[in-house]
Amino acid sequence: MRNVLPVLTVVAAILGIWYLAVGPMNFRLALDAATRGGDTVTPASVAEQGQTGLIRLMLDNPDVIPAAYAFERPRLPQPQHVAVEIYQSTFGLIRRCEWQGWGADSDNWTGLSDGCLRVIENRRSLIFHAWKTLAPTLLGFAIGTGLGILLAVGIVYNRAMDLSVMPWAIASQTIPILAIAPMIIVVMNAMGIQGLLPKSLISSYLSFFPVVVGMVKGLRRPSQMELDLLHTWSASGPQELWKLRLPSSLPYLFASLKIGVAAALVGTIVAELPTGARFGLGARLLSGSYYGQTVQIWAALLVAAICAALLVGAIGAVQRRMLTRMGMAQ
Amino acid sequence: MMAMSHKYPDLSARNLGLAAAVVAIGGVSDWRLGLVFALWLAAWGLNIVLSGTGGSAKRFLVPTIFGITLLVLWQMSVRLFDVSSVILPAPSDIWMTILESVPVLWADFVQTVVKGALTGYVMGAALAVLAAIALDRSRFLQRGLLPVGNFIAALPIVGTAPILVMWFGFGWQSKAAVVVAMVFFPILVNTVAGLKDTEAMQRDLMRTYAASYWQSFFKLRLPAALPFIFNGLKVSTTLALIGAIVAEFFGSPIVGMGFRIKTSFGTLELAMVWAEIAVAAVAGSGFYGMVTLAEKRLTFWHPSQRANR
Repeated sequence: MRNVLPVLTVVAAILGIWYLAVGPMNFRLALDAATRGGDTVTPASVAEQGQTGLIRLMLDNPDVIPAAYAFERPRLPQPQHVAVEIYQSTFGLIRRCEWQGWGADSDNWTGLSDGCLRVIENRRSLIFHAWKTLAPTLLGFAIGTGLGILLAVGIVYNRAMDLSVMPWAIASQTIPILAIAPMIIVVMNAMGIQGLLPKSLISSYLSFFPVVVGMVKGLRRPSQMELDLLHTWSASGPQELWKLRLPSSLPYLFASLKIGVAAALVGTIVAELPTGARFGLGARLLSGSYYGQTVQIWAALLVAAICAALLVGAIGAVQRRMLTRMGMAQ
Repeated sequence: MMAMSHKYPDLSARNLGLAAAVVAIGGVSDWRLGLVFALWLAAWGLNIVLSGTGGSAKRFLVPTIFGITLLVLWQMSVRLFDVSSVILPAPSDIWMTILESVPVLWADFVQTVVKGALTGYVMGAALAVLAAIALDRSRFLQRGLLPVGNFIAALPIVGTAPILVMWFGFGWQSKAAVVVAMVFFPILVNTVAGLKDTEAMQRDLMRTYAASYWQSFFKLRLPAALPFIFNGLKVSTTLALIGAIVAEFFGSPIVGMGFRIKTSFGTLELAMVWAEIAVAAVAGSGFYGMVTLAEKRLTFWHPSQRANR
């Protein structure tokens, strides 16, 4: 808890810098609008303004600064506008929400009227889009983690696999595979694979390698002495894996899971970008970029950030509980 | 000995029988599948024998055989099963495309990797290290910044690409800006952590020498932080390439790897897409290799480097 105050300070500083930057970022746009609107500004012509420095312009035209902050389609929106946009496209969508009680009269099985469910069902709802992104992320993360653990066990127990696969697993980390994610989606669509699976494939690939590399390290953590001890108890291979190697690899597993889940989310978002996906946070980013809706882009970005924080935080919570119960917490 | 046998499986009769059975099942359903299985298992068997017996050369030989096998299987499968080049081109086609379009690939490489990724990487790394040094004196800000920095490092920063392209235009400057945003926090967090990584005994020694802040900084704490800084630098190499390529999807001049991938994809020239991927892979590995080489030269004293000797 002792970090709360410093963290709040840093967050406040970031918000402050953001707020201060809004004026200069939008100033030229606002000045341009003021010039076209017939206001007296110095220098008077747009061409001269283009050659004058930003600081000079701001000093000469202090009247325009409020307009820069209130600009309609800003290059950089104010932080509170983004917050309002997030609210409006989540809980602000609620219309005529009331408790109807369980039973036959209610519009649906939840007992709430349909107006409440607009928060998660409306096509404009960021929660709806966030779920469209989270579902493939979670599926892909599960697949990638499962396969990663299996491969790591194979690598630790099989010398030939270790020598053949491990160098490529490490080398593949240096390849910007994320950059071709959209293409993989289109190829899979062409092959007739649609829905959740193509996007999950990207996220599983991205979460796969951190898990493999981390788990190989973790499974090799038991010292020779510990392995010898199990040997003297005449433990079988599976027993050695289950009772010694897997438990002692858990700290490494959680560390790589955190990296993996963040990578998986980034993978899904990027996979949605140029493929014309209609739903999902990536699709919101792209449509915002097409129509110059900066507030929409920032809102989608912040919701993506919240999703990432929730995923990493959830894994962190499981990690703390589990390692504490196993007596391995730092 | 039983405990050892599962670690180093040999070509026992049972394993050979299993392999033969897999090949037979594949061969009965489709002779081409049988052929693919047979080649795969033969190469795998060779690797098992090599990794069990070979000398020091096996560290290099076994992964090479594995990689070549994958390429051969890819080529074989594409040719045998007549896979359309719209779905997956054969490695030979990709190689021909690379040879034919060297000037185009080179221009894209210069635009995306040299101008976009490298410029942004150098700027972002310099900014991050300077920011870490500036933060170094304030424990309070460090305590606040580390959690926030770790959080931001996990965010989908690449999503800022549309915004930054809007701000800095379609040229390489916007790509460099995306790269700066992507590499800044991983390097910052690592540097701040590294600058803390000296022991009280070492700092006390510097005090007994009456070393000033900057003397002890440059002679003790910066060198001690180097392994951490290089960790951040290595993670960021891939991020830089990803940022530069993905940012081009949102707008670019008619040159650049991301642009080429996008447009070649639109016209279904998949061999060209794969050629760009190959260039990106080579560039990424080379970039990573260069940073690792610098790390080896600069942190030769660190245990993790000594162990390799």
